[in-house]
Amino acid sequence: MRAASTFFYRRPYWYLALLLVPPLLWFGTVYLGSLFALLWQSFYRIDDFTAQIVREPGLETYKQLVTQPANVDVVVRTLVMALAVTFTCALIALPIATYMARYARGRVKALFYVGVMLPMWTSYLVKVYAWRLLLAKEGIVAWCFAQLRLTGVLDALLATPGIGGPALSSSYLGMFLVFVYMWLPFMILPMAAALERVPGSLIQASADLGARPSQTFRNVVLPLAVPGIAAGSVFTFSLTLGDYVIPSVVGAPGYFIGMMVYAQQGTAGNIPLAAAFSVVPIVLVFVYLSIAKRFGAFDAL
Amino acid sequence: MTSAIEFRGVSRVFGDVRAVDDVSLAIEPGEFFAMLGPSGSGKTTCLRLVAGFDLPDTGSVLLDGADVSSVPPYDRNVNTVFQDYALFPHMSVLENVAYGPRVRGVGSAERLQRAREMLELVQLGAVGERRPAQLSGGQRQRVALARALINQPKVLLLDEPLGALDLKLREEMQIELKSLQKKLGITFVYVTHDQGEALSMADRVAVFNKGRIEQLAAPRELYSRPATSFVARFVGSANVVDDAALARVIDGHARPFALRAESVAVLAENSVPPANQPAAAGEVLAVQYHGAASRWQVKLDAGPTFSALVDDAASPPGIAVGSRVRLTWPPGAVVPLQA
Repeated sequence: MRAASTFFYRRPYWYLALLLVPPLLWFGTVYLGSLFALLWQSFYRIDDFTAQIVREPGLETYKQLVTQPANVDVVVRTLVMALAVTFTCALIALPIATYMARYARGRVKALFYVGVMLPMWTSYLVKVYAWRLLLAKEGIVAWCFAQLRLTGVLDALLATPGIGGPALSSSYLGMFLVFVYMWLPFMILPMAAALERVPGSLIQASADLGARPSQTFRNVVLPLAVPGIAAGSVFTFSLTLGDYVIPSVVGAPGYFIGMMVYAQQGTAGNIPLAAAFSVVPIVLVFVYLSIAKRFGAFDAL
Repeated sequence: MTSAIEFRGVSRVFGDVRAVDDVSLAIEPGEFFAMLGPSGSGKTTCLRLVAGFDLPDTGSVLLDGADVSSVPPYDRNVNTVFQDYALFPHMSVLENVAYGPRVRGVGSAERLQRAREMLELVQLGAVGERRPAQLSGGQRQRVALARALINQPKVLLLDEPLGALDLKLREEMQIELKSLQKKLGITFVYVTHDQGEALSMADRVAVFNKGRIEQLAAPRELYSRPATSFVARFVGSANVVDDAALARVIDGHARPFALRAESVAVLAENSVPPANQPAAAGEVLAVQYHGAASRWQVKLDAGPTFSALVDDAASPPGIAVGSRVRLTWPPGAVVPLQA
């Protein structure tokens, strides 16, 4: 025992290797390995006559993905939803996170953190189905509108082409509300963490040099919080891109990427197309991060 | 003449701690004013009250004769050099310095030109394009100074600005700050816990203790004529006897007094002190060699331990730790203190 301790104490790299090799093996084979296996499938194609998978690498499946209007529609629909959800989450999260990180103290602060995380402790499915009931035609949201004599407003919203539908629970607007509700904590927490790391003296220095609070926020707080906002938005963006439960329980009948993956690998048996669809969110997140980087989102890291 | 800064009965209370307790003072234009005290003595809170980061609970703060007690920092003609420098990490050095004019709506070309001039003033012309993280501590200190001076404030506040620098750099910066202040002619308010810094740079020093000013005086007077035992101990660590009865035993007069270590001479036990000089017997606890002089710690028979700073040439030879000695001092060196 003593000899082993001495051996590893004198050779820190061996010690490190001993600790890291098992998890790295797990990560490398199970995690990345299966991901690459999945991606590899997308270069196969399905034979239209025999419905058999042709195991020859090629870009046939991708061609199908980008040329068939139905497939492009799915991608565009999901992308627009993900951007809208991300933008709205950022807008709602910024004041909450600012308050949590910069103003709340002691109990109030703890209460806010628990309040933000509490919804994540219950089952995701339960929440989605609960929302379907809340948003239903006879649901509590519609009832509230009626009590406030605002049924006309709700009807006008539901009559809007593109986002409307027979009821909130079967419209893109309703789906959007559920997405925003579900992913909001994933935006608030990284944002609050980033804002909390901004030293108070920087804010005082800005005021000291003549900056009004709005200028300080724009010139100092926001640029330093951007890495947190970027991290949060990657969560909301990628979670929306890949989700298939919310679009299948709440909302209009149009397909989303997640549902497409589920349908293609299941009933249709088209594993290559399902794999190609699952590559789309990865590419989109990558593009999103590149754009964020170009705008200097990570300069303060 | 209107004072640059005036406090009228200012108090600031945090919970049940009186951080600043009924302080009144006036700082004259062009003065180098130091606020000296241990941590928690209220000196930094006073500085924050001048800058506007904190507001007084009672009393008023005046800048140039105008009551600014409730004016926010961005509307005060005062700038601060922060203890941690508080440089904006996402901006270049030049952009940091140009920040003041920028938020006041000065055009890009003009403010960058002014920022370059300020960097020249603090001898940092070459590093404008770098990020603060790429600079040394001393360079960051200068950038913070340039950034605070670009708005041409009437008053510059410095919060322990040299605390993070090493000794040699600190001494260089002391000389530079002093000459910069003379050159610009603006009021400096300098907060520090280092009595050496306060004495060497300031025109006047306010010594803070428990939210109050114990003494406000020029450095020379503060050192030679401390008013209270706190000041005597904190500034130059004098030998202090608080108790009047004990003072009568040691010095022959029944009142608290302070005595500088360098005024005390060490004699062998059997030697006779000069005529009319008080003397006290005791035992040597320790002798610390400081080069030109040695510091003797002597436990007096009367109770307290006195220290004596003695030139090497004047030290009695052959006295070891544990030996008995006599301490003596000229009567004129004794400073009577407020009870």
